[in-house]
Amino acid sequence: MRSRLSTLFDALLPVLATLAALAVGAVMLLFLKVNPIEAYAALLNGAFGSFNSFAETLVKATPLLLVALGICISFRGDVINIGGEGQMIVGAILATWVGLTFTDYPGWLITTVALLAGFLGGAVWGGIPGILKAYFNVNEILSTVMMNAIAVQLMNFLLRGPMIDPAQADVASKIPQTARLLDIFQLPRLAPTRLHMGALIAVGLAVLVYILLWRTTLGYRIRAVGQNPHASRYAGIKVPRYMVMALLLSGAFAGLAGAIQVYGVNYRMITDGSASGFTGSAGFNGIVAALFGQLHPIWSIPASILFGALLVGANSMQRIVQVPSALITVLNGLVVVFVVSSEIWRRRRQRRRLAAAPEEEPSPKPDQTEVQKKEEAQP
Amino acid sequence: MTESTKLPSGQTRINSLEMRNITKRFPGVLASDHVNFDVKSGEVHALLGENGAGKSTLMKILYGLYHPDEGEILLDGKPVTISSPTDSINLGIGMIHQHFMLVPTLTVAENVALGLPSSRGALTDLDRVSKRIIELANIYGLKIDPDAYVWQLSVGQQQRVEIIKALYRGAALLILDEPTAVLTPQEVDELFVIMRQMVKDGHALIFISHKLHEVVEICHRVTVLRNGRMIGTRPTSETTKQALANWMVGREVGFAPDRGTTTLGEVRLSLADVKCGSDRGTPGLRGVSFDVRSGEILGIAGVSGNGQRELAESITGLRKVTSGKVYLEGQDITNLPPGEITERMLSYIPEERMRDGMIKDFSIAENMVLREHHKQPYSRYGFLNLRGIATHADELIAKFRVKTPSRETMAKNLSGGNIQKVVLAREISRNPRVILAAQPTRGLDIGATEYVREQLIEQRNQGAAVMLVSEDLDEILALSDRIAVIYEGQVMDIVQRENATPEKLGLLMAGVHPEDAAPVVK
Repeated sequence: MRSRLSTLFDALLPVLATLAALAVGAVMLLFLKVNPIEAYAALLNGAFGSFNSFAETLVKATPLLLVALGICISFRGDVINIGGEGQMIVGAILATWVGLTFTDYPGWLITTVALLAGFLGGAVWGGIPGILKAYFNVNEILSTVMMNAIAVQLMNFLLRGPMIDPAQADVASKIPQTARLLDIFQLPRLAPTRLHMGALIAVGLAVLVYILLWRTTLGYRIRAVGQNPHASRYAGIKVPRYMVMALLLSGAFAGLAGAIQVYGVNYRMITDGSASGFTGSAGFNGIVAALFGQLHPIWSIPASILFGALLVGANSMQRIVQVPSALITVLNGLVVVFVVSSEIWRRRRQRRRLAAAPEEEPSPKPDQTEVQKKEEAQP
Repeated sequence: MTESTKLPSGQTRINSLEMRNITKRFPGVLASDHVNFDVKSGEVHALLGENGAGKSTLMKILYGLYHPDEGEILLDGKPVTISSPTDSINLGIGMIHQHFMLVPTLTVAENVALGLPSSRGALTDLDRVSKRIIELANIYGLKIDPDAYVWQLSVGQQQRVEIIKALYRGAALLILDEPTAVLTPQEVDELFVIMRQMVKDGHALIFISHKLHEVVEICHRVTVLRNGRMIGTRPTSETTKQALANWMVGREVGFAPDRGTTTLGEVRLSLADVKCGSDRGTPGLRGVSFDVRSGEILGIAGVSGNGQRELAESITGLRKVTSGKVYLEGQDITNLPPGEITERMLSYIPEERMRDGMIKDFSIAENMVLREHHKQPYSRYGFLNLRGIATHADELIAKFRVKTPSRETMAKNLSGGNIQKVVLAREISRNPRVILAAQPTRGLDIGATEYVREQLIEQRNQGAAVMLVSEDLDEILALSDRIAVIYEGQVMDIVQRENATPEKLGLLMAGVHPEDAAPVVK
């Protein structure tokens, strides 16, 4: 009974953490002399209030989910992929190039090839830090961030130079964007909204990633290597290979997210010169969505929708109650901090519960741990 | 010894210490259930019990690391409160931990002074500390140089430093937590001499051990705990090893499993002058050669850290062999990837089972196929066959009597003994040609130990070649057909079990060739 309640509490913890974050946000709104109830009503209304706004939420959720799926794979393989932004960009560049180069082929073929190209581009961009980590012991957090910087500069170079929209090339403003894709290459829309096929692809892939992680030997090995590389090596699993696989697949999903942004939303690649100008920070927010979904591909679906809703709803909140846009970023950050902290707290609670069971382990226990355990065991 | 209230160290003697009705609850577990325990000046009182019996809990309460929910502690008849290790040290209680709490890069004197206020305020008083150490060492017959660095000392000497440390802090009562686990037989004898001296001088000693013969040899009284309850206290003169074992487990146990008969077959595993490095960059193995045949157990005896780990790892492909050859069934497997060596049906029960043998956050079923998950019937075309994995897990759980709520239980939630059963089940169920077992019963209780040993014998009788690495001489003697003693990365000698005595092996383990020892038996 006690344990079941406890499990339920653990499952609801992210939701409670979100509510707590919104409560802190409410205090800030009060300081800005804004009625928080009014503000949150605007947020909710903006995200879910109408068919159109809900569709918009899903549009924002799609790249988050795709990145999150990749994060589920890499984090379960114990490789930290902070390179989602760069992987999205490289995926998008390759996919856009396919669409702008091969204009004489049927639409379905080019769209498919372009999405695969995006997948592949992301895989390469994720695979490089993967190889560096597995075989040269280069910290993947550093290398993926570096790869982001390279990708941004590559994008800016291409979009201002070789791939620039011919219409922009001649005018003084020179907005960094490519030409528009042919209509036949665009991902079909699902309703008279901006919602597109990409959302369905993402949900379908969530199921596939679930199968990959828990029903295939590849997923088994990625998880085994992530949980305990020593035991995996002892069991004969080639640990470096599966580290690379984890980061490579993670990058691939981010690359696909980039390609789908181009083919489903903008129909061209466009930026303001920064990474988020193209990605909308989905490469980072996807990490949060995945953690929020407990690194489970299926749970990442509602988690991505929640963050999509926050993004869309925050815009409308900003419009209606006139709060500075920085506050929206703060609110987003608060949710992240609370959710991540609650996860750490949950783990510590779990460990304490385990530690409380008296086991006479033969392993070395320095004095400090024993004292610490004692402190934790005390009510 | 009755009149004087002072010990030779100058410390006031603890005439009696009594723990009454000690109860300690953890969520869902009663770790200590109204336990009574007492120890008097001038005696060694053994605390005996299986893992999880509550020995550690009781001693942690005495040392101030845990607080009892009920019960009281009486020192010389007066109730005392011990809320931290500092309290217990001030009361004259010292504890020698199983794993030493010494800083290797400091000298003996520095280690002893560590954490104590200096008599010169901000300046160190190491000369005074050294003087006192020499004083104490003379009184108790502990040979120790206060200026020696700890890393230079042998394990037995380090233990003496720990004892000095406790005496320096004024310990009249000493808790010795499995003090013999890391010692050679000779070092154990030396420790016993010291312990007898201390008892004669009026100290009170609490001795925690798994090793029944030591309990019978050195202790005056023994208290047995089982599942947090006190089973009873008896003078050791009125009991035997066998009686204690039965008492501890609660049923009849066999020490030396029936070895059955076996036929010696072909050579399965062969090492020819194998050399490799160690993690510290020093030579790990310095040319090791031996054969293991089908139907025999070759015991590898030795004090820990003499190349046992390197030996097992160089055979399994986990460590690079720098020269020499390893043959498995006649084929050269030197430096093949671990996965390929596994495929040739070599099974390995690693020493650090929690780190190397098992994935804590995987279910039992998943752990059971760690080696074979890519083969039918556990997977096909890259997809796992969950039903096949489940059936396999259920079979092994039943066959190896793994105590678990279900096959989906996470490995981390199992007890040490059950975890070892899972590892054993996985490694044995593949019908391996060669089994390497490293410290397979370390930390296990008597029941699980008995089971693991039976299974290894069973494998040998079915024709597997078994290499058993163990620091426990009783285990080596109980299971092996031949015994190789390893010392500083070399095989000192290989002796037939019939010719092996603990004394002879002990000398070899210390790197000494007994004069009368036969030349290396091949």
